[in-house]
Amino acid sequence: MARISASVYTSHVPAIGAALDQGKSGEPYWQKVFSGYEKSKQWIKANPPDVVFLVYNDHANAFSLDLIPTFAIGCAAEFQPADEGWGPRPVPMVRGHPELAAHIAQSVIQDDFDLTIANKMDVDHGLTVPLSLMFGQPPADDFRWPCAVIPFAVNVVQYPVPSGRRCYQLGRAIRRAVDSFDQPLNVQIWGTGGMSHQLQGPRAGLINREFDRDFLDRLIADPAALASMPHIDYVREAGSEGIELVMWLIARGAMNDKPPRVVHRFYHVPASNTAVGHLILENQE
Amino acid sequence: MALVKPYLDVPGTTIFDADQARLGYHLNQFCMSLMKADNRARFKRDERAYLDEWPMSEEQKLAVLARDLNRCIALGGNIYFLAKIGATDGKSFQQMAGSMTGMSEAEYRDMMINGGRSIVGNRYVGEKR
Repeated sequence: MARISASVYTSHVPAIGAALDQGKSGEPYWQKVFSGYEKSKQWIKANPPDVVFLVYNDHANAFSLDLIPTFAIGCAAEFQPADEGWGPRPVPMVRGHPELAAHIAQSVIQDDFDLTIANKMDVDHGLTVPLSLMFGQPPADDFRWPCAVIPFAVNVVQYPVPSGRRCYQLGRAIRRAVDSFDQPLNVQIWGTGGMSHQLQGPRAGLINREFDRDFLDRLIADPAALASMPHIDYVREAGSEGIELVMWLIARGAMNDKPPRVVHRFYHVPASNTAVGHLILENQE
Repeated sequence: MALVKPYLDVPGTTIFDADQARLGYHLNQFCMSLMKADNRARFKRDERAYLDEWPMSEEQKLAVLARDLNRCIALGGNIYFLAKIGATDGKSFQQMAGSMTGMSEAEYRDMMINGGRSIVGNRYVGEKR
């Protein structure tokens, strides 16, 4: 049977991808960011997933205002890195897991969550930057990501985005779906985006360390209560783009009910406009 | 009955809700068109002529020509869409975000390095610092 063994949480700032792709990762500014992921790279080498269920948001790349799915599950065999206007990131094509993705779609929809099924979808920095942070840059002679990835895109661009509670409950439905898949797969679920940041208007550049610290504490210890936090608290306290943090609740909801083991916790300000937060939680059996 | 919008009293912030998206539909779709290299080249060659191909308001066109991102947002633009104009101009997200704050590029970058804009005094319109 498939099992979710761990969850990973990380910001997905586009400038992080640009720094890696342009060979700037050794600069002191970026070293402070990347040093927080050294332990993560070792951990994932020791605990390699077969499949990563990657919760992220598209930033007006795969989805324009033509179609705005609240939750879209990528069921294709492969997904190309998107050209976001600066040219596509020079990272490998993302290999999907159509069989598990289709199983999760069927299970979760029957569990009352009305997903959109995406069979053709480019993936932007929201998905590829977390892969780069956790796996590093794939070498030229073995240019591929080391596992399959199921992209799960959440609308956090046009308000209203799904509520924290809805995201947390969806995570639980995803866990039930994975648990009922009849192949012995080690699945990780990643929640990405955040932490506090605002990219628009005269309040751009907002950072709220206290909010972020409290969010990490509660995500670990009391996610069900955290999930009841209304949108306005994210917007007011963590910035208009801080609302991306609702996606972390999907990953947390997919963990089992025992207190998780905290493998790693990291926080740093800034990466470009954003507070970088990162957590790795393992399920206790 | 009107929709509840509890975010209208957050200072310096415009939430891209259904009303804003309706207002900015053509502005944002114009921005999306800049994801194609051919369109970027045509836009750069004659910005006004390219904008005139879109059913945008005159105000929206002037805001784009002036690269006034705050005005673009007031007229329904969303930052992730407007970023395509920045990409066309060779600007980073930090340069774009900073341009909306009234700070210089260096001042904004330094503010971020020093921990970002404080939440204190920035929660409510008219709040005392």
